[in-house]
Amino acid sequence: MIAEYLSYPFVRYAFIAGILTALCSSLLGVTLVLKRYSFIGDGLSHVAFGAMAIAAVLSLKAELVVVLPVTVVSAVLLLRTGQNTRVKGDAALAMLSVGSMAAGYFLLNMFSASANVSGDVCSTLFGSTSILTLTSTDVWICVIMSALVIIAYVLFYNKIFAVTFDENFAKATGVNTSAYNLLIAVITAVIIVLAMNLVGALLTSALMIFPALSAMRVFHTFRQVVICSAVIAVVSSAAGVLISIILSSPVGATIVIGDLIVYGGFCLAGRRVKL
Amino acid sequence: MAQITVKNLCPGYEGIPVAKDINFELNRGDYLCIVGENGSGKSTLVKTLAGLERPVSGEIICGDGFTLSRMGYLPQQTLVQKDFPASVGEIVISGCLSSSGLRPFYSSAQKKLALSSMKKLGIENMKSRCFRDLSGGQQQRVLLARALCAADRMLLLDEPATGLDPAATAEMYSIIKELNEKEKITIIMVSHDIEAAVKYASHILHLGSDMQFFGTKEEYVKSPIKMSFRHQDGLAKFVDEPLCSRAAAGKNRRYLK
Repeated sequence: MIAEYLSYPFVRYAFIAGILTALCSSLLGVTLVLKRYSFIGDGLSHVAFGAMAIAAVLSLKAELVVVLPVTVVSAVLLLRTGQNTRVKGDAALAMLSVGSMAAGYFLLNMFSASANVSGDVCSTLFGSTSILTLTSTDVWICVIMSALVIIAYVLFYNKIFAVTFDENFAKATGVNTSAYNLLIAVITAVIIVLAMNLVGALLTSALMIFPALSAMRVFHTFRQVVICSAVIAVVSSAAGVLISIILSSPVGATIVIGDLIVYGGFCLAGRRVKL
Repeated sequence: MAQITVKNLCPGYEGIPVAKDINFELNRGDYLCIVGENGSGKSTLVKTLAGLERPVSGEIICGDGFTLSRMGYLPQQTLVQKDFPASVGEIVISGCLSSSGLRPFYSSAQKKLALSSMKKLGIENMKSRCFRDLSGGQQQRVLLARALCAADRMLLLDEPATGLDPAATAEMYSIIKELNEKEKITIIMVSHDIEAAVKYASHILHLGSDMQFFGTKEEYVKSPIKMSFRHQDGLAKFVDEPLCSRAAAGKNRRYLK
């Protein structure tokens, strides 16, 4: 049955895009969770929604041209705010995320050329209800971006570990921590924009944090946690895409529910076994 | 020539000095203890020496083939580390990063260095244990091993005995002393524990709100500043029972920040 489904190109596209975005998200998710940045992913996805709305209003074919730079810039600004600014990090984040949500919805309602505004909004927030909409260009962009993210992650793995575990120590020994924080911010933004196509703006941070949190329940070294969360992400996203085709359920929500179930399972497993 | 010379240094945050005109000079193998009341600028001085804060004025001059980036740093533990999934080996070798440059992976020389630092601290059998499952004393030894990977000439320790029980504290101090004597590593340590400072250090830097002292510990014991520090109400108790009051002071400080 699966083979029959896979003979359709749009099903293959969905699998490729789904697995790759989930894999990238889960890799970086470990760092975000441990650095206490889980909410930055969430805030950035709201920003991406706002940017998407602007692109829709301008009726741009290539939304990425607007969405990607806006999200990257916001990510950099958010990480720059630090502790000593007048608006504290979490307040700045809350402001930015609700602000861009409001602006995005306002723009879509007032100026959208589309006939079905609420449908557009819904699919931007929660991902497309069917995966038929992915074009081969989308998939190619996704493949290239994911490859870049994975290569960057592998090359800078040791530095990302050091900056995550103890930024002060890394800085004191001469590691350029602000450059690596910037790298983390940019990669996060790229992944969020990628994941938005698949699961929608509101659910992207779930792809990042759930695999990492599940893996941390059972495994106790950084490398094991990273590998395990990548495996969880790939398996649950493949399963999610498959189930959503069979049940014709929304892809994003199905994958996230799958992640949630895995998390529950790992919580139980973590209590029984200590590896 | 001295390994490190600090001249008229004013450490501070964002241009506002928290201590004035600090002067000291250390040679290889010296053991400096920085003492003083809360808020006297000890931690800021350490952060400045570690390169985390820019000095407001003054200078830090290195000599004798030493540079500031080759200083091993043992920071106070952060909250993030309490539940961080990482093995002892992963943490210790991350101290080697400064010598990596742009190379993405660790070389075999770096792996050897990590192993030898673990051996020096007697934690090589914990290599694959999880950091968060270790006791406070073991965790400090892991972080000390990591600092050794980053540097072989000088260690900068920010209250290494914070939160440790008396046995672990004594062990920590004797490990540091051993590194100082056997490996000729210069030690700069911030401590609240004056008795330990006088016992182990060769030099003392005392930071106070209105006066400052730098000299050998023999000079320090006879100096008026030591007397005044001991006999202030409350502080006398603080010095005599360093461990309990350290725990309490640590808690208070977290809320103040």
